[in-house]
Amino acid sequence: MAKAELMNYEMALEQFEVVIGLEVHIELNTKTKMFCGCRNEFGNEPNTNVCPVCIALPGALPAVNKTAVESSIKIGLALGCSIAPTGRFARKNYFYPDLAKNFQTSQYDEPIAFEGSLDVETPSGKVHTVLIERAHMEEDAGKLTHIGGSTGRIQGAEYSLVDYNRAGVPLVEIVTKPVFGAGAEAPELAAAYVRSIREIVKALGVSDARMERGNVRCDANVSLRPHGTEKLGTRTETKNVNSLRSIERAVRYEIQRQAHILANGGTITQETRHWHEDRGATSAGRPKSDADDYRYFPEPDLVPVQPSKELIESLRASLPEKPADRRKRLAADWGFSELEFRDVVNADLLDSIEETVAAGAKPQAARKWWMGELARIANESEEGVVPNITPAQVAELAALVEAGKINDRLAREVLGYVLAGEGSPAEIVAARGLEVVSDDGALIAAINDALAAQPDVIDAIREGRMQAAGAVIGAVMKAMKGSADAARVRELLIEMANK
Amino acid sequence: MSDLIRKTAAELAGLLASGEVSSVEVTKAHLDRSAAVDKAVHSYLYQNPESALASAAEVDRARAAGEKLGPLAGVPIAVKDNLTTTDAPTTSGSKILEGWIPPYDATVVAKLRAAGLPILGKTNLDEFAMGSSTEFSAYGPSRNPWDLERIPGGSGGGSSSVVSSFQAPLAIGSDTGGSIRFPAAVTGTVGTKPTYGAVSRYGLIALASSLDQVGPVARNVLDTAMLQDVIAGHDPFDSTSLPESLGSMTEAAKKLDIKGMRIGVIKQLSGEGFQAGVTARFNESLNLLANAGADIVEVSCPSFEYAIAAYYLILPAEASSNLAKFDSVRYGMRVEPNENATIERVMAATREAGFGPEVKRRIILGTYALSSGSYDKYYGAALKVRTLIQRDFDAAFAKADVLVSPTGPTTAFKFGDKIDDPLAMYLNDIATIPANLAGIPGMSLPNGLAVEDGLPVGIQLLAPAREDARLYQVGAWLEQAHENIWGKRMIDFAPELEVG
Amino acid sequence: MSEITPDLVRHLAGLARILVTDEEVEHFAQQLSVIAESVATVNKAIDADTPSTSHPIPMFNVFREDVVRPSLTQEQALSGAPDAADGRFKVNAILDEE
Ligand SMILES: [Mg+2]
Ligand SMILES: [Zn+2]
Repeated sequence: MAKAELMNYEMALEQFEVVIGLEVHIELNTKTKMFCGCRNEFGNEPNTNVCPVCIALPGALPAVNKTAVESSIKIGLALGCSIAPTGRFARKNYFYPDLAKNFQTSQYDEPIAFEGSLDVETPSGKVHTVLIERAHMEEDAGKLTHIGGSTGRIQGAEYSLVDYNRAGVPLVEIVTKPVFGAGAEAPELAAAYVRSIREIVKALGVSDARMERGNVRCDANVSLRPHGTEKLGTRTETKNVNSLRSIERAVRYEIQRQAHILANGGTITQETRHWHEDRGATSAGRPKSDADDYRYFPEPDLVPVQPSKELIESLRASLPEKPADRRKRLAADWGFSELEFRDVVNADLLDSIEETVAAGAKPQAARKWWMGELARIANESEEGVVPNITPAQVAELAALVEAGKINDRLAREVLGYVLAGEGSPAEIVAARGLEVVSDDGALIAAINDALAAQPDVIDAIREGRMQAAGAVIGAVMKAMKGSADAARVRELLIEMANK
Repeated sequence: MSDLIRKTAAELAGLLASGEVSSVEVTKAHLDRSAAVDKAVHSYLYQNPESALASAAEVDRARAAGEKLGPLAGVPIAVKDNLTTTDAPTTSGSKILEGWIPPYDATVVAKLRAAGLPILGKTNLDEFAMGSSTEFSAYGPSRNPWDLERIPGGSGGGSSSVVSSFQAPLAIGSDTGGSIRFPAAVTGTVGTKPTYGAVSRYGLIALASSLDQVGPVARNVLDTAMLQDVIAGHDPFDSTSLPESLGSMTEAAKKLDIKGMRIGVIKQLSGEGFQAGVTARFNESLNLLANAGADIVEVSCPSFEYAIAAYYLILPAEASSNLAKFDSVRYGMRVEPNENATIERVMAATREAGFGPEVKRRIILGTYALSSGSYDKYYGAALKVRTLIQRDFDAAFAKADVLVSPTGPTTAFKFGDKIDDPLAMYLNDIATIPANLAGIPGMSLPNGLAVEDGLPVGIQLLAPAREDARLYQVGAWLEQAHENIWGKRMIDFAPELEVG
Repeated sequence: MSEITPDLVRHLAGLARILVTDEEVEHFAQQLSVIAESVATVNKAIDADTPSTSHPIPMFNVFREDVVRPSLTQEQALSGAPDAADGRFKVNAILDEE
């Protein structure tokens, strides 16, 4: 496939105004599916979490999951939406083998929640108000695996296999109104918006919100129009962009791609596009056509939902703190600089640090570990997620350093063993005997050995040239394989010099 | 011919309870009858004698052991082939499902099993219940025992002919626009479409979800009532299932009292368009009712003029979506038009080969009614007409306790008479459709024989939603009155079928 | 007045995934035009203010508790499948070879 030509990003923004729109699908973490009692669980044997409803056997009928409805209302309320006095399910009719009934049970003109807004802070610190058009309930489709061909992709496959375990998993689709005025920050805003939605649904406890498992999926609409014009440009919809970083990259790519086409007198085709992480590019999917006639109509097998005022108010009362308020609170509690705090937010580490602090670590220590060594390891990992370590373990590690039991170098070593599954930091330190040596007798012996090789050092220290101590400290460390307490070595040296 | 097969279900229940006969004997008598006559009548698409006899033996064992049994335990029954059964193929009269054995029982079937009714087999129907004659069954039509050259009504012609040819005392039907009531009318039997939601639709292969209702078919009103009592009740698997019980239909059928009852005659469903013999018998029944102390009032339902049009939009629209699941992926037929055909082309070729012309016609019409640009004019408008029809009924039921009309405009017509004229075929349902649009209960029971052709005529009773009991109260009374006049049950005028 | 043209029949049949022959197209176009004309009379009965009735018996808030129920076995789920492999339903390729 020929690579599309792109316009330089700054030039694109000089010529065009960017308008984005985001559709985020949230998989709810209910015990059962949206319309039947099958397990809502990831990773089981294919077609074992299915019943007549899931595989659309003739005669099967749906029955609505109460918890899923309540979760949807909670999401609506958390986004400041109005809750519909009457919400109705509708059938969206189209044929696709992952859709057993060949219609998706969704909501159309009467969604459960509508007209909300969300304040989203971009990395620059600017706050954008994103208007929410609606949040509606629907069901997920099954999973297709494409077999044959070289890539495992749908193109060139010989046949496909369908697993309906995911079919009927409850989804809430959150749709924004067109977002104007983000300018050059549009890609960052798109990612920050999805991050905020993730934070909200996680805080609500209604979704596991794991993007790498598809719990949160984003379709990004992008269009451009010349500055100062009213009419919206033709948009493209990039489907299923499944990490925050990809969202940002995909939006940026589409801006540059569309700008190049428009600036050269071309027109944008209204189509769905697919994001390719490996090449950092989108490719054309199916063009929108007459065939996209979904023939929505009210689902006759389900009756309307009319949430009572009491239910809505009790759900409202149960809402956790708003993400923006939480950030304000945490920023004040932790005392990070503005820049430090923003970096933490952008790295998506608020939860981890909060839990680490709750487990007893000092905020700066928690920040240091998560933003430092752990972030480095995460970046190197294939999925780009923070590796398998609990905040409690990080807190324990920090406590060991704080108490002087281990130094930073040892701590990093211990961390490696924790990730390798050897146990908790304290257990590892004990089992491997990694504690620092601050026993004066052993240290003095090592210092004397070092001074024998470098006799001038003592005089230098006596004359106040402290940098000379470094060489001895280094030699002691080397001799003791890194387990010396460096601060104590320095103290001892000064004592010896001043004797 | 064993006289067991001519007995009513209530009579058989009595004999079984007293131990005079066993369920195995009763079941066997009916299986023998089918072996003798079903080649001619073709009520059944599938019979499983072993399974029926095993169920019968189990009931006999339970009875001998003194276990508590339901009132119809041991009485065999036939089930329309659009209800799923784990021990018999379920096809809904379509080639696209040929040979499919469901892994689950419909709720109604489960209730029948739990109540100890041996299932004799699966009865024929127009493909996916689309039709009024069974001529659209992919497996050939069923025949009317009164005249084998005539239709037994549809779509439940298998269920109406199975009871009228004495192959089963009871049958289950489904009624989307008259598919229980019209067949009952033309075969001299009784059939009820209960209030929408009174009987679970779980396991009923959907035609039009907002119109479909499962109901009882039998040879008299009491049997029909007893069967409704077995199959009715809330089902959490059907979200449109009524939460409350509607009371005992059996008791209502035993009241035999109509004094002071207000009987409404629907102006729009009498006179014009109805066969003379049908109208004549209808008027006779009105006199019977009036003479017995009922109040006959005329009611007007002006929106009924649009009922057929609304129905033939709502039904195809819902059906087009309900039938989308037949796509060759998970069950049923698969046709590969050529090697390496995409799944899209396999789906289209399968649906072309697997669906009959009436099904395709309605799917395409329904797709049209829902498509962008047509929705408001067709489907949307039909939903509004539905409101008007409900309002007409509300007004009529303010003046009357029960409404009456002929069930169908004619007696049984001959095969082929209407098969190429969809509109003429659709007009057949003119009297039965409004009840489905409004969700109210309706019953058809025998109303004498037409003078001109000697064939059975049906009368339809309609009651407000949830007032099914009124149908059984008035129906049982009227049935008794007819028997007094005619000297025997209407079904006993049916010609003997040649056994062979 | 033939509202439903052969082209429209073809388009609708495509949406409904039914491969229709040319003969069928002609036949359906004729019949469906008559039916469509006849059912269009519904518009005479109504006006903009007439409410819609999608469900014959009004009911609201029918829910199921979020409690796991037994599923089918994989064998049961696949029992009717025309083709299956690796515990999954097998279908022909979704896209044509390009
Ligand atoms: Mg959606
Ligand atoms: Zn299920």
